[in-house]
Amino acid sequence: MSLIHLNQVTKHYVNGADCVIALKDVALAVDEGTFLGVMGASGSGKSTLLSVLGCLTGPTSGTVNIDDIDVYGLPQEKQADFRREYLGFIFQSHNLIPYLNALESVMLPLAVSNLSTAEKRQRAGDMLERVGLPDRMLHLPQQLSGGEQERVAIARSLVNNPPLLLADEPTGSLDSTTSRQVMTLLSELHQGGQTIIMVTHNRDNLEWFDRTIYLRDGLIEKDSAAVNGSFSQAV
Amino acid sequence: MRLEHIVLHNLRRRKGRAIFLVVGLMIGVATVVTLLSLTDALGQRAQNELENFGANIVITPHSDELALNYGGIQLGGVNLIAKEIEQARLVNIDKIPNRRNVATIGPKVLGAVEVQGQRVMMMGVDPEAEFKLKRWWSIAGRPIKQGYELLVGDTVAKRLDLEMGDTLQVNDQDYTVVGLLAKTGSQDDQLLIAPLSIAQAALGKQGQVSMVEIAALCHDCPVDDMVNQLQQVLPGTEVQAVQQVVKTRMHALGQFRLFAWGVAVTVVIIGALLVFVTMMGAISERTREIGIFRAIGYRRRHILHLVLMEAAIVSALGGVLGYLTGVAATLTALPLLDGGKASWQWNPTLAVAAVVAAVIVGLLASLQPALRASRLEPSEALRAL
Repeated sequence: MSLIHLNQVTKHYVNGADCVIALKDVALAVDEGTFLGVMGASGSGKSTLLSVLGCLTGPTSGTVNIDDIDVYGLPQEKQADFRREYLGFIFQSHNLIPYLNALESVMLPLAVSNLSTAEKRQRAGDMLERVGLPDRMLHLPQQLSGGEQERVAIARSLVNNPPLLLADEPTGSLDSTTSRQVMTLLSELHQGGQTIIMVTHNRDNLEWFDRTIYLRDGLIEKDSAAVNGSFSQAV
Repeated sequence: MRLEHIVLHNLRRRKGRAIFLVVGLMIGVATVVTLLSLTDALGQRAQNELENFGANIVITPHSDELALNYGGIQLGGVNLIAKEIEQARLVNIDKIPNRRNVATIGPKVLGAVEVQGQRVMMMGVDPEAEFKLKRWWSIAGRPIKQGYELLVGDTVAKRLDLEMGDTLQVNDQDYTVVGLLAKTGSQDDQLLIAPLSIAQAALGKQGQVSMVEIAALCHDCPVDDMVNQLQQVLPGTEVQAVQQVVKTRMHALGQFRLFAWGVAVTVVIIGALLVFVTMMGAISERTREIGIFRAIGYRRRHILHLVLMEAAIVSALGGVLGYLTGVAATLTALPLLDGGKASWQWNPTLAVAAVVAAVIVGLLASLQPALRASRLEPSEALRAL
C-alpha cells in the first residue's frame, strides 16, 4: 500500500532572471514500510525532493499526497501540524538546539502538545533508550560525540511516532564506524515497519535500502523498483 | 517541557544579550520613574506650600466704590460705608460643585473699638480656621479659643504696652491677652484678634461677617471656576482669586511636568528602538533554530509565542529593576534639588505603570521581529534541507 504519491511534481527556483529547475515532472509512489534511498550528484534535486516530501517547500506544480492527504492543499498552520504528526526529520548536521540537553532535545516536538510533562519525559526517555543513549540524557550537544548527536536527532524525529521518517545525509559528517552504527539503527527501525526516505551520496549505504532512486537534473533517472532496473523517468 | 522552558533556556544561554536588554530597559524605566517621582514630590511640596500660603480666594461685600488704598496707604477723608455679609449665607459655600476643593473657610468680622483711649481695629475670627490659614503666624503664649480672649498684634501690643496675661477693657467687657503675635509686617500687626462671636457682639455685628478668606486645594483645582461658583451662591458679594501667586506656581509646575513627560517619551522611544534592534539581531542569529522549530511542526503562533514571551520576561525584569533604580535615584536627588523639604511617597500606580509600560514597550518593539521570525519559511531557514 502506497504511503506517498508524488504526481508530476515540478519545482522551480527563481533567482532574479535565472530560473533553476530542481525537479521536473517527478512521479513517485512509495509503499509503507519502505526504506528508500535517494541518490544523485550535487544539484540533482535530492534535497529539493526531500523538502517537497517534508512539507517544507511547496512544488511549483503537481501534487504531493502522504497517507492520502494532499499536504500542500492544507493551510499553512495545518501543514505545521502535519509535519509534527506525520513526519520525522533527521538533518545532515544534526541540528540540535545547543542549549537543550539530549532529553530536552527529544522532547522538543512534544513541547507544543497537550501531553503532561511526565508523559513527555517518559516518551523522550524511552526514545533515547531505544537509540542507545540512556546514560546521556542530561548531556548538552557539545558534550556528545557526532554519532551520539545523530542518535539524539533520530530519537527526536521519532518521538511523535511519525509514519514517515525523512533523513538528509544523516551519515554525511560521521566516520565509517559511527555511520554504520547509525545505519544499523535506521535499519532496525525499518525492520520494525518504519517508512524511511534517506538522501545520501554514499554508495556504501546502498546495502541498507530496499529501494533506491537516482536523480539527475531533477529527473528520476533510475528506480531500483522498476522492472529490470529500467529507467523510470516520468512514470 | 513547554515553550516557557525553551524561552528560559535561551535566555540563560544568551545571557549577554538578555543582560544588555534588561539594563537598557532598566535605565529607560529608571529615568522615567525618577523624573515622574521628582515631579510628583516637588508638585506635592508646591501644593503644600500653596496651602500654607493661606487664602487664595477672598469674599468681600459688594461695593460700587473704587478702592482708595494702595499698599496699606489709605487716602484721607474717604468715608467708606462698610457693608457686611450675612454669616448664615456662608453655608451656601458647601453647595458649589467644587466644594471638595475648599480646604478652609475663614470668616472675619472687622471693626474699630476703643481701648485705653485709642481706637484700635478688632478682628473676630474662627480660631481653628484662622490658624490654619495663617500658618506663618508666630505666637508667644497660645492661640485664642473661645470666650473673652485676645491675640494682640505686635504694633498694638507695643502701643498699648500689653503683655501676656494682661486684662483689657473693651466696651465694658474684660478681655484677657492670651497670646502676642510676633511681627508679621502686615496689617495683622495692628489688630486685636478675638473669637468671632465675641467680636461680633463687641462690634454690634451679630450674625454678620466683613469678609471671608478661603483656602482652596489648588494643585489642580479650577480657581476661576470656583470663583464663578462662589459668586453664584453668594450674590451681592465680591469674590476674587489671588490668582497671580497660584497661577505662577501652577505654570512653573506645569512646565516642569511637561519637561518630565517630554524626556520620558524620548526615553521610551529610545528604549523601544533598543529592544527592536536587539530582537531583530536575535532573530537573525536564531534563523536556523527557528527553521528547526518550524520543520518539526511548530506553528507560526508558537514562534510568535517564543519571541514575545522572551521579550515580556526581559521587559518585566527591566521594568522592575528600573522602577527600583528610579526610586533610589529619586531619593538621592530630592535632597539635592529641594534641600530635603520635599519628601518621596510610594506611588503604587507608578510602580505598576512602570512595569506594565516596560512590558508593553518591549512587546510592541518585539512584535515586528517576532512576526518576521514566525514568517520564516522552514526550508529557507534550514539550509540543510
